[in-house]
Amino acid sequence: MLNVNEIRKDFPMIQSEVERNHIYFDNAATSFKPQTVIDKVVEYYTKYNSNIHRGDYDVSYQVSKEYEEVRELVRELLNAKSSNEIVFTNGASSSLNLVAYGYGQKFLKKGDIILSTEAEHASNILPWFKVAEITGAKIEYIPLNEDGSFDIDNLKKMMNENVKVVTLAHVSNVLGYVMPMKEIVEIAHQYGAVVVCDGAQSVPHIKTDVTELDIDFLCFSSHKMLGPSGVGVLYAKYDLLEKMDPFMLGGGSNARFDICGNILLKNPPYKFEAGTPCIEGVLGFGEAVKYLLNVGMDNIAEYDRYLHQYFMSEMKKLENVEVYNTNGDTSIVTFNVKGIFAQDVAGYLNSKGISVRSGNHCAKILLNVIGVSETIRASLYLYNTKEEIDYFISVIKDVTLEKCIGAAI
Amino acid sequence: MMDESLKRAIIMDHYTKPHNKGLKDDESYKVIHMASDSCIDDITVQVKVENDVVKDVRFDGVGCTIAFSSTSIMTDLVKNKKVDDALHIIDEYYNMIDEKPYDEDLLEEANAFDTLYKQANRIKCGTIGIKAINSLLREYKNEE
Repeated sequence: MLNVNEIRKDFPMIQSEVERNHIYFDNAATSFKPQTVIDKVVEYYTKYNSNIHRGDYDVSYQVSKEYEEVRELVRELLNAKSSNEIVFTNGASSSLNLVAYGYGQKFLKKGDIILSTEAEHASNILPWFKVAEITGAKIEYIPLNEDGSFDIDNLKKMMNENVKVVTLAHVSNVLGYVMPMKEIVEIAHQYGAVVVCDGAQSVPHIKTDVTELDIDFLCFSSHKMLGPSGVGVLYAKYDLLEKMDPFMLGGGSNARFDICGNILLKNPPYKFEAGTPCIEGVLGFGEAVKYLLNVGMDNIAEYDRYLHQYFMSEMKKLENVEVYNTNGDTSIVTFNVKGIFAQDVAGYLNSKGISVRSGNHCAKILLNVIGVSETIRASLYLYNTKEEIDYFISVIKDVTLEKCIGAAI
Repeated sequence: MMDESLKRAIIMDHYTKPHNKGLKDDESYKVIHMASDSCIDDITVQVKVENDVVKDVRFDGVGCTIAFSSTSIMTDLVKNKKVDDALHIIDEYYNMIDEKPYDEDLLEEANAFDTLYKQANRIKCGTIGIKAINSLLREYKNEE
């Protein structure tokens, strides 16, 4: 198992948190960055600040080369066939919108069905609402089990030849279930549908082999996986990238254009990358990917399971707590303290040095499934420890409404 | 400054047994819906003004302890007051929240929030219902 004490030393934010007696359990929102990522961003601005793909001088050549090396690192992380299948975007939301508008809007028509679930993050459902409105396609939801988990038989029941897109999160950002992606993709492909996978919560935590899973589109963010914010990835099979339209046009995405309005776009991935990208972010992201590959995604997933099992078993012992995802697969624990409003508990936890998120976690329609709209979400990552969980449990065990009020005034 | 255990007791009381909670199906009430864009608080407020007097204030919705108790307390404070006096109380409340000098006597139980300014992330909770009442009363004044 990974050596968490060694890992913690790599993260300056962990040191800051230790100094102020705080623990960070909001990793599903964003993650901390290791020193190597921070250094890389600073290095770009101090040593070779220049634009990519266009300079005639040494540092520009250098930064272009490094930028493309990050594409190769991401390819390696995902086991994609080619680095040309890796498109850099602004984040998972940006990638998901790119698929919805660049592919969905272009190819869907009236009567087509977009199949999704009620557990989706806003970023993976709102763009499809819009595409449905524009194209006349219809959104249908695969029914979830009572605990919000997924049943492959329900997908089979919902599939028919009108389903053209199946879009869902590999790991739900509220419940932490890992979807059986391989089976989902197999079934979808039998009906000729493409599968869009929201990987924002999965790629940081579990090995995501796009070749083995045969996913058509995979969208995720750098900032949830140790990299800078402002950077994301769209992985897509190359033929799909060739077929779909860019979301934006501009410098860097075209090979040539003329006064009559003829545009010759570059080949993927470049046709999707108009404008100067977040260069320092991509370079920093490269360091984040190196870090994850170095620790090993299997080791990270193993440690994640270890933390999750321990956390869940301790939470289940508490009588004052209701956990909504006891059968979850990743280190996301979603719960409420009985009789106390989620936000009041989160405020109390903050006063005790614990950062968590309260609310509906951008999955507003999940309320229909789990029956509560407000929950507290504690989400862990590779630098969190068993001791932090123990402290968390000791605090949550004794929380009362009166203490929550006391913390707020 | 108000004693802390007293503050806690007041907030607890208004949260567990809120005053003026529940909306009226009555068109003589003006209504406003306030939903926080950064948290879960989602409150609807109704005000009935007659002859320049706040005859009734009602509220309902979803909210945390601070949102519910502050709204409940404010409904008590403005009820049966002249609109101008009610608005004055609200102004004083905002002064307290903004850490400016304010009239403690006027705020009565609302003094329970006299240190809320220290909790930047809870100020929205402690003002959402008050903002709603304020908007309705200002609207009344503008229409006058």
